[in-house]
Amino acid sequence: MTENAMPESRATFINIGERTNVTGSAKFKKLILAGDYAAAVEIARQQVESGAQIIDVNMDEGLLDAEKAMDTFLKLIASEPDIAKVPIMIDSSKWSVIEAGLKCVAGKPIVNSISMKEGVEPFIEHARKVRRYGAAVVVMAFDEKGQADTKERKVEICARAYDILVNKVGFPAEDIIFDPNIFAVATGIEEHNNYGVDFIAATREIKARCPGAKISGGVSNLSFAFRGNEPVRKAMHSVFLYHAIQAGMDMGIVNAGQLEVYDEIPAELREACEDVIQNRRPDSTDRLLELAPKYKGTGEATETRDAEWRSWPVEKRLEHALVKGIDQYVVADTEEARQQIAKPIEVIEGPLMAGMNVVGDLFGSGKMFLPQVVKSARVMKKAVAYLLPYIEAEKTEGSRSKGKIVMATVKGDVHDIGKNIVGVVLQCNNFDVIDLGVMVPFQEILKAANDNKADLIGLSGLITPSLDEMVTVAEEMTRQDFKVPLLIGGATTSKVHTALRIAPRYHGTTVHVLDASRAVGVCTALVSESGRQAAEFAAKVAAEYEAIRAERAGRGQEKLVSLAAARANAFKIDWSGYVPPKPATKGTRVFAEYPLHELVERIDWTPFFRAWELAGNFPGILEDKVVGESARKLYADARKMLDRIVREKWLTAKGVVAFWPCRREGDDVVLFEDESHAKEVSRLFFLRQQIEKRSPRANMCLADFISPKADWIGCFAVTAGHGIEAHLARFKADSDDYSEILLKALADRLAEAFAERLHERVRKTLWGYAPDEALSNDELVREKYRGIRPAPGYPACPDHSQKPELFRLLNAGQNAGMALTEGFAMLPTAAVSGYYFAHPEAQYFGVARIGRDQVEDYAKRRGIPLEQAEKVLRANAGY
Amino acid sequence: MKRSEKADELRALAQERILVKDGPYGSMIQTYKLDEASFRGGRDFEHDQKGNNDLLNLTRPDVVGAICSAYLDAGADIVATNTFNANAISLSDYGIAGMAREINLAAAKLTRTCADAATAGNPDKPRFVVGALGPTNKTLSVSPNVNDPGYRAVTFDEVKGIYREQIDGLLDGGVDFILIETVFDTLNAKAAIVAADEAGEARHEEIPVMVSMTLTDLAGRNLSGQTVEAFWHSVRHARPLTMGLNCSFGATELHPYVNALNPQVDGLVCVYPNAGLPNELGAYDEPPEMTAKLVKGWAENGWLNVVGGCCGTTPAHIKAVAEAVKGVKPRQWRALPPALRLSGMEAASFF
Repeated sequence: MTENAMPESRATFINIGERTNVTGSAKFKKLILAGDYAAAVEIARQQVESGAQIIDVNMDEGLLDAEKAMDTFLKLIASEPDIAKVPIMIDSSKWSVIEAGLKCVAGKPIVNSISMKEGVEPFIEHARKVRRYGAAVVVMAFDEKGQADTKERKVEICARAYDILVNKVGFPAEDIIFDPNIFAVATGIEEHNNYGVDFIAATREIKARCPGAKISGGVSNLSFAFRGNEPVRKAMHSVFLYHAIQAGMDMGIVNAGQLEVYDEIPAELREACEDVIQNRRPDSTDRLLELAPKYKGTGEATETRDAEWRSWPVEKRLEHALVKGIDQYVVADTEEARQQIAKPIEVIEGPLMAGMNVVGDLFGSGKMFLPQVVKSARVMKKAVAYLLPYIEAEKTEGSRSKGKIVMATVKGDVHDIGKNIVGVVLQCNNFDVIDLGVMVPFQEILKAANDNKADLIGLSGLITPSLDEMVTVAEEMTRQDFKVPLLIGGATTSKVHTALRIAPRYHGTTVHVLDASRAVGVCTALVSESGRQAAEFAAKVAAEYEAIRAERAGRGQEKLVSLAAARANAFKIDWSGYVPPKPATKGTRVFAEYPLHELVERIDWTPFFRAWELAGNFPGILEDKVVGESARKLYADARKMLDRIVREKWLTAKGVVAFWPCRREGDDVVLFEDESHAKEVSRLFFLRQQIEKRSPRANMCLADFISPKADWIGCFAVTAGHGIEAHLARFKADSDDYSEILLKALADRLAEAFAERLHERVRKTLWGYAPDEALSNDELVREKYRGIRPAPGYPACPDHSQKPELFRLLNAGQNAGMALTEGFAMLPTAAVSGYYFAHPEAQYFGVARIGRDQVEDYAKRRGIPLEQAEKVLRANAGY
Repeated sequence: MKRSEKADELRALAQERILVKDGPYGSMIQTYKLDEASFRGGRDFEHDQKGNNDLLNLTRPDVVGAICSAYLDAGADIVATNTFNANAISLSDYGIAGMAREINLAAAKLTRTCADAATAGNPDKPRFVVGALGPTNKTLSVSPNVNDPGYRAVTFDEVKGIYREQIDGLLDGGVDFILIETVFDTLNAKAAIVAADEAGEARHEEIPVMVSMTLTDLAGRNLSGQTVEAFWHSVRHARPLTMGLNCSFGATELHPYVNALNPQVDGLVCVYPNAGLPNELGAYDEPPEMTAKLVKGWAENGWLNVVGGCCGTTPAHIKAVAEAVKGVKPRQWRALPPALRLSGMEAASFF
């Protein structure tokens, strides 16, 4: 679907989870009636995990004490942070049940619903009480005469209710939600045929007549006539919502995971649904009825390919499955092997390890690449998981592992793709891996190492503050007298940094591990049974690091000039004839759900392959002689998953962009509320290059690209990571590292693509200084356009601690659901944030090393203690 | 003057300057080293009363009055009653649940007298009296029994009832506004808001409330698990005269949350932090100049309308704070764009 076909408001449609409703979910009803509240709570959890932004709770069932059930259930979910993080919709047709619910909810809920069914007096009384308890309210289009079915009645009742609520009760308009009744269509009864049209037309008019109010509805009523035929129901809902949302419907009680993408409904079915919803022809119902059986059974046909290898002996089959990464038959084959072999542990030590050795050899000789190895590991893990209970039952010692490693992404950082890959590779090579996950404080890392008697500790991190945290871990290990080797890995780590900053802080062995393929070699050497080999390896590394330190100490570094001299050599722009383009967008623009399909085409694939340690540029890499085959397979898997991500909405992309009038003051950029420059809203502090430059090259600072008189600057934050957790958990539960890593890597790519796409829209429309830009994708990748989008923490503005201010300006928490860790890593992890500079001469550069004078100046400008400034600039402070 | 007019008066003053709220009673009472007999003040009780600070409103009004006057002398524009625990639930720990009304009535009259004397002494600086409601020691949104997460030791209607009793006593004794403070359980605060609203309905007048949240962990959430913004959405319907934070930690640790509050609150912001974090012995030792310096930073950021002190602060702290914020422009705010603002433990706004 192109963006034009996507109604703008679609992006903000609010999904209300419907499964915790006894009238809507047979399963939930059964659990509540049986008193199995624990299982009922799980349904609420699933709802939130699958994307419900609000959960509807309804206990209206004749056999239940609904007040008590409401009270019990709401109190139970209050202590589940995964669930209670979202607002509750207290749903009942009985006021006493609603009031019981209102007394249990700490947050601000929605009451669903009140109406003028019993007259105006009770309506006013209920509304006052709702207000007193601090809730928003759904008002049903229902009055003394009954439920509104025609457009005129719907509009009339809602307008009357609005007037009473706003003018008599003092209810805030924005806390009012109308439910103008969605009724079943295509029932065979002629009077029902126009119900879809009535709702949609009423929605449009109510929104116009009742400013601030929202529109909701229970969508599944619509397709009541097609019970039992889910594909047709889903298609009807999608077609209906497509029109209702354009008309202004804001939210709906729906099964979030079950909506069909409008464009993906088969054309003939879609047309038939359109006819019914829009009541376009007298025989619409008959035509849909005729078509319906044809779609009833469409599930995805599972592909089965029983190739020749299935007839091989079981050991060979296992080996084949491992090498090819096929997990389809592995449990059955493992069982077969278990029956043939005396002890279950020997299945692992025998055929499975033999198969993994083949994998290891192929990997070691460069004939197999990481993506396949990770797939192989998935198969291995499944087999081992199957055997484990048998092994436990026999109480044997378990397979002899080469050694035990405790691994973690350090405190303040959430990036773990690389760490997970290393973990899988080590496991394939018979290491015991204890993975502590992300954001792990040193206390936990060291405790786990002690508790498990680990032979090795591995630290990972991606953002620069993690480097400091690694130093802290090293210092603590010294303080607590650890002896085990410390391994350092992750994208910002380096041999030089390890040698200069980390190794000197730890009295044991510290080794930097460049990538996953080196990890096995390093770990094997360090835990070798003959202690001599380990000692030799450690000594070799220590000598190498010592040499690096000596070389660094002796090397004449590039000369730094004083800050004053650097400022005198600033990048000069002639501002006299320059008219700063005024952004077309006023204030903040929020993208609550950016269409993913639009981002897919913008993916820059080269870094994706790099994440998998496949070197080469896309698309050339697909034809590469050495890694081509691997790259092609990985690419095919990635595209397949990407399709599902988009189609099934695994991820939600959210973003926010905003612009401010500003001007340069020294190396600061000052942001103002409006163009009068009367009220300062923020100040951005930038750093200037201090390495001596040869004329005519300048000592650049981002502030140089902003006019000292009056200019504009933009800020943005985007993420493609919302919703990822549920899927990662699913893969984890399935021991499927391959898919887990693949999904994370794709989410990262989508976030980058989002940043690229948004930047383009900023240039063309949102800011609009380059409306006629027409560049090829290749030119886009090579950044041929005007303007830059530097990100805090990256070379042009390396201070990560500027992110909180950026997030505050954008209200990124509220607007894009994004947060920062204490180490300034962004959550969700797949995220990009930064600034927009529009001047044609604005360009990327690296600040690199800076002098003490600038650090002192920076501390003063920011009003922070010098020590803090030194800490946040440690990576750049060159003294 | 009607209470709503008092509220307008306070809002008008808050346009001109940052107003100062008092500090706590508890730590000041400790300095008097009162014994059991002093707490009893000649009355007869079955239980020991030492430590029952709220009872002193009846038995040692001289002590309570002296502390209140010390804060007024230090420059406080707003003084609270010594009634943090004067509700039937908390008082039942001392076996005097039945005395809640008597204590609140006396406390309100006493504080009113002190404040009115100060206003009479300097009519250009009118003083306000707020009736303080503490959180009680029972929680409505958290189970005290780990094995039974659905259990609650108390019901919403019970909490609403004991607050109503307290509010009626305070209003009859002449307080200007009700202060719902140190809110660690949002649902308790909502019960207090309903109670105040119902009291107002019975009296045919609007009862302005001030609401002050407390954070129970450094991640910035209260015991109900809510973030500052989520909490604000939960209480915003009461149109609080002031919204803010108190207690929790010292000003250093509170800093990011005052920052978070600032853009969200379309009304007066009131913050009163502790004097730093307690030391190894549980005592607060942040000197007045330090508290004042930290608070001044907030004021200069444009974050404050009302400021005072909580645990560990003294009249000396309040004096230093009052001087520090003198002449600093009070916080301005913008109207929030219309949105359906809801919350669970986290805030959710739909525009």
